[in-house]
Amino acid sequence: MSVIDRPAGAQPPGPATPAAPASSARPGRSPITWVRGGGLASVVFLLPMLIAFGVFSWFPMVRALVMSVQQTNLVSPATWVGFSNYSNVLHDPDLLTAIKNTAYFAVLALIFGYPIPLALAVVMSEVKRLRGVYTALAYLPVVVPPVVSVLLWKFFYDASGTGVFNSIVGWVGLGPYPWLQSATTAMPSLVLEATWAAAGGTVIIYLAALTGVPPELYDAAEVDGASIRQKIWHVTMPQLRGVLLITLILQLIGTAQVFLEPYLFTSGGPADSTLTILLLIYNYAFGSSLSGDFGSATALSVMLALALGLLSAVYFRLTRSWSTS
Amino acid sequence: MTVTTQAMVPEAEATVVPAAAATGSRWRRRPPERPAEQKDRGIISPVERRRPGIARSLRLTEVLLLIGLVIVGLGPLLWLAKSAVTPTQDTLRDPMALWPHGTDWGALWTAWTTEHLDRYFLNTLAVAGGSWISQIVVATTAGYALSVLRPRYGPILTALVVGTLLVPVVVLLVPLYLTVLNPPVIHHSMLNSWWAIWLPAGANPFNVVLMKRFFDNLPREVFEAAKVDGAGPYRLFWSIVLPLSRPILGVVSVFAIIAAWKDYLWPLLVLTDPNKQPLSVRLPILADLIQLNILLSALFISTVIPILLFLVFQRLFLNGAGMSGAVKG
Repeated sequence: MSVIDRPAGAQPPGPATPAAPASSARPGRSPITWVRGGGLASVVFLLPMLIAFGVFSWFPMVRALVMSVQQTNLVSPATWVGFSNYSNVLHDPDLLTAIKNTAYFAVLALIFGYPIPLALAVVMSEVKRLRGVYTALAYLPVVVPPVVSVLLWKFFYDASGTGVFNSIVGWVGLGPYPWLQSATTAMPSLVLEATWAAAGGTVIIYLAALTGVPPELYDAAEVDGASIRQKIWHVTMPQLRGVLLITLILQLIGTAQVFLEPYLFTSGGPADSTLTILLLIYNYAFGSSLSGDFGSATALSVMLALALGLLSAVYFRLTRSWSTS
Repeated sequence: MTVTTQAMVPEAEATVVPAAAATGSRWRRRPPERPAEQKDRGIISPVERRRPGIARSLRLTEVLLLIGLVIVGLGPLLWLAKSAVTPTQDTLRDPMALWPHGTDWGALWTAWTTEHLDRYFLNTLAVAGGSWISQIVVATTAGYALSVLRPRYGPILTALVVGTLLVPVVVLLVPLYLTVLNPPVIHHSMLNSWWAIWLPAGANPFNVVLMKRFFDNLPREVFEAAKVDGAGPYRLFWSIVLPLSRPILGVVSVFAIIAAWKDYLWPLLVLTDPNKQPLSVRLPILADLIQLNILLSALFISTVIPILLFLVFQRLFLNGAGMSGAVKG
């Protein structure tokens, strides 16, 4: 927290504190001194946040933990069931399918979506003319509403010979491919669209990070006779290491919660080949009948959150030694 | 939840450091004798750029990259624009042909009026506008209190907010839905009301952190001077801090509106009444009901607005996207 409290070393810690006597209000001895010292104003200004976060964030988070050990539906009052929700979920044969599919999605998204934005950003950072045009073009898919992208690509993926993508691959004598219709190609098709839709955002993050690489380092590398390729490998990449590590884990956390693509493209099919963990949670809670199984849904959400927390903790511990350069 | 939060907070701190340093790179000291030409040099030095071999391959790369980006980034949208005004049969028979039997501009009008895209569009505006107001109100007031007023318990609240940032949103889905069904105190279901989207939108930890960081960097002397002149905390907020924070307000606004425009799962759950649904929820339903050319027109209309917004506020978008990396990092 301390870092966030005092970012970028903008204020030296020493003189700032005595300079703001009224704001660092000591709790007064009486309510009147408390109000005079600005205590009431703090509460007034914090009120919107306390209501919004309290009711719509902190309370539901605690409630998630409680609900995961309860049998809850909209009809009858909640009853305590211990860990039976958890064991129900763990014994659900769909869970393993969902975990495998989600992991497959994450791995494919990493293969497609991790190196491409990096390569794009490195090359784009060297473009001198019309840089704005390049960035705008790369970012354009991010601006398209995700639902529109999915519906559009769903049409592109038409499995007939006159589908858009099948027409295009047909020009070079390939296809037609079944795309979303087959259990083997459905998931890669989803990932392809997801990568198209998200890559631009990552490119912008890398471009911002690239401007932070001190040019002196390149000068020094040149003095040592480094080629362009060597400069990229030995200067640029190590300098981007921090950002690269963060985008990797953020992408993993994001893809572990993928919902829109499997839900709108394939509804988990064909043959459950795109059933992801989030889709399973959705199906538990809102999928079929009138009263959903909210207990199992929250139990699985909590387990997913714990797994992701554990993953990040392990990840940061493992990479700590080489994250700060 | 607490487990996740506690486990991750120290790590998050550790990783914020390089990002903060990167944001502050403007102030990084550079040797003053540096020639102007080299000031914004990248990987390839000006000397290397002048070498004929490198210059040629650079040009080639630039051109190829531009062509690639146009095809991949712009291509699908151009196709959508073309097909929005193409009769269904032509699009089905040969999707890559350019108007073999003329255009059909009526599809756009049909989508807008007969399919009531106008209403869903207004709904989207209402959803985005309300979410924007709620996010701005919460983020500015909380950022101000935590950064400028600094009550004793402030750091605890900041920690709680940052902790929220680390909890995956999926955890909230079901309990938040039940909270909206039966909210505390008012006990009146918010289902099928835009409040069900507006109010939870305010609980955005990212905005609060962004705002607080910005306020942290404002010069304290200005606040002190205002206090000497007799400005109380409310006056200070309204007349000094808010006007100074116009740039960050722009970034948060763009984020808020775009996020609301894009959101799908949450409005799908809480808005079951078609008269209240935004475009994102309505389009997949329409997709199964209406003719292809009308659907493509509807998709086109839904895309044009955000793209126009992006082209007008490009700088804001791209700065914000870069900043999101810095904060997340």
